[in-house]
Amino acid sequence: MEYIFSLEFIYLIASVTYILGLKMLGHPETARRGNLIAAAGMTAAIFGTIFLYQGEVANIIYILIAIAILIGTVIGWMVAKKVGMTKMPELVSLFNGMGGASAALIGLIEFHHYIGDQLSILTIIAGMIIGSVSFSGSMIAWAKLNGTLNKPLRLPQYNIINNIFLLGIIGFGAYIVFSGSDSSLFLYALFFAALAYGVLFVLPIGGADMPVVISLLNSFTGLAAAFGGFLYGNMVMLTGGILVGSAGTILTLAMCNAMNRPLSNVIFGAFGESSSTPGAGGTIEGSIKEASASDVAILMNYSRKVIIVPGYGLAVAQAQHIIHELEQLLDSKGIEVKYAIHPVAGRMPGHMNVLLAETNVDYDKLVEMEDINPEFKSTDVVFVVGANDVVNPAAHNDPSSPIYGMPILDVENAKHIIVNKRSMKPGYAGIENELFYNQKTSMLFGDAKAALTKLVAELKNM
Amino acid sequence: MTEFIDFISNNLQMIYIVILMIFVGVEIIGHVPAVLHTPLMSGANAIHGVVIIGAILVMLGAEPDNILALSLGFVAVLLGTLNVVGGFVVTDRMLEMFKKKK
Repeated sequence: MEYIFSLEFIYLIASVTYILGLKMLGHPETARRGNLIAAAGMTAAIFGTIFLYQGEVANIIYILIAIAILIGTVIGWMVAKKVGMTKMPELVSLFNGMGGASAALIGLIEFHHYIGDQLSILTIIAGMIIGSVSFSGSMIAWAKLNGTLNKPLRLPQYNIINNIFLLGIIGFGAYIVFSGSDSSLFLYALFFAALAYGVLFVLPIGGADMPVVISLLNSFTGLAAAFGGFLYGNMVMLTGGILVGSAGTILTLAMCNAMNRPLSNVIFGAFGESSSTPGAGGTIEGSIKEASASDVAILMNYSRKVIIVPGYGLAVAQAQHIIHELEQLLDSKGIEVKYAIHPVAGRMPGHMNVLLAETNVDYDKLVEMEDINPEFKSTDVVFVVGANDVVNPAAHNDPSSPIYGMPILDVENAKHIIVNKRSMKPGYAGIENELFYNQKTSMLFGDAKAALTKLVAELKNM
Repeated sequence: MTEFIDFISNNLQMIYIVILMIFVGVEIIGHVPAVLHTPLMSGANAIHGVVIIGAILVMLGAEPDNILALSLGFVAVLLGTLNVVGGFVVTDRMLEMFKKKK
């Protein structure tokens, strides 16, 4: 009895650390401590579960658990420490998939132990389906973010097919639960069907929407963990799982909000419909003006205020350090420099802040969209580096555009616009950008790092 | 219907927890600045690694000669650990970047 009490007590403390940790993660000053507190609670819960377990357990099992935890810790730690900051989003997706897979495997193993107990089978089947979808979905999201799969793949009528498939899985799951079947064949068939659904679910969704998808799958995994908690009557799994499930759902909606698109639109893909007919509003009139590095240097040298709009292209080119150098150089010439951060710049909300903070860019220079938009009018030069969709005026002007209604940075209001891009290829969302054809716009073609290095060199000579 | 009522009364404590936790989760995320969405998602991602406890329980409850259960359980614990350790470490790395705020 005493044992149970102390394990339950550890679980209680751990649950509190999760709530506290998540709460603290919501404020810049306390975020890091919050994460550590939740990690401490998790560690206590894991070791408590192992050492306070009552019942006969063969030594070999303890050894196996120790090995699994050891390998997982070493790999997880190394991967998380080594991977570059630009790769963060896909890493989160990868780890999320691991959790989903873990939940699915628990279901596969426990199924036969609970035959005849309908409620338990229900939680097992539900946890397994959700965990499997989360796993395979996260893997696809991961592949999309790292560029292995860069085009949305769509079967004709994929929404209908997917929904029928989902209904089929739910029906099949319900059949297994209510028929009291003990068939391994059925169980594995359901497992693979759920895996397939995860793939079908994420494949048609465009790469730019992956953060939302990852956040959604994140809350799925939370739900799968909670079903495990229900099965074992394990409070810490239940609280942790439900907490993430609910917080993750709200976070998903907040992200959609930042893009001004309903969640249904992300999942059932308006992006898909229109990107098949690029430039839905007709072809864009006008011509492109090209500028050389020295043109841009001269322009910047005689400005009073420059706003830099960084995008994922900057991160891909590893140009965050050189952009910081540019900023300091301009600053030393008495030119006011700021960064305009769109909420979904990069591959995840807040991703750009993390990347720039890594290079010691002053936090105060990173200005969020609502605060910087009125400033463009008084800006001499806007320098767009590797960003595209977040400055596309189609979001304002073109109701047929897939990004119509998304809040953007109003860079058009500035006196001059310089856009650095590798080529005229459309951005991540696959849409043409009329900003490039604007009379005030000059294009500085080339890889961000190379182009910026040249620009900085030119500026130094002035 | 009686089954439903039985279900409720038998699991009252857990149902309480589920309902309260849903509200806690909603409240916590309420007004977080977009800047912190990524770390927050990553932190939440680490927390659902709590599923590892289920994987450990599977292992602890398995018969030592049930090779299938043990190997699947082994993989489940391993993947759960990856989720927990990787999740927290990545989140910490992201947040490390924010500390230099003046």
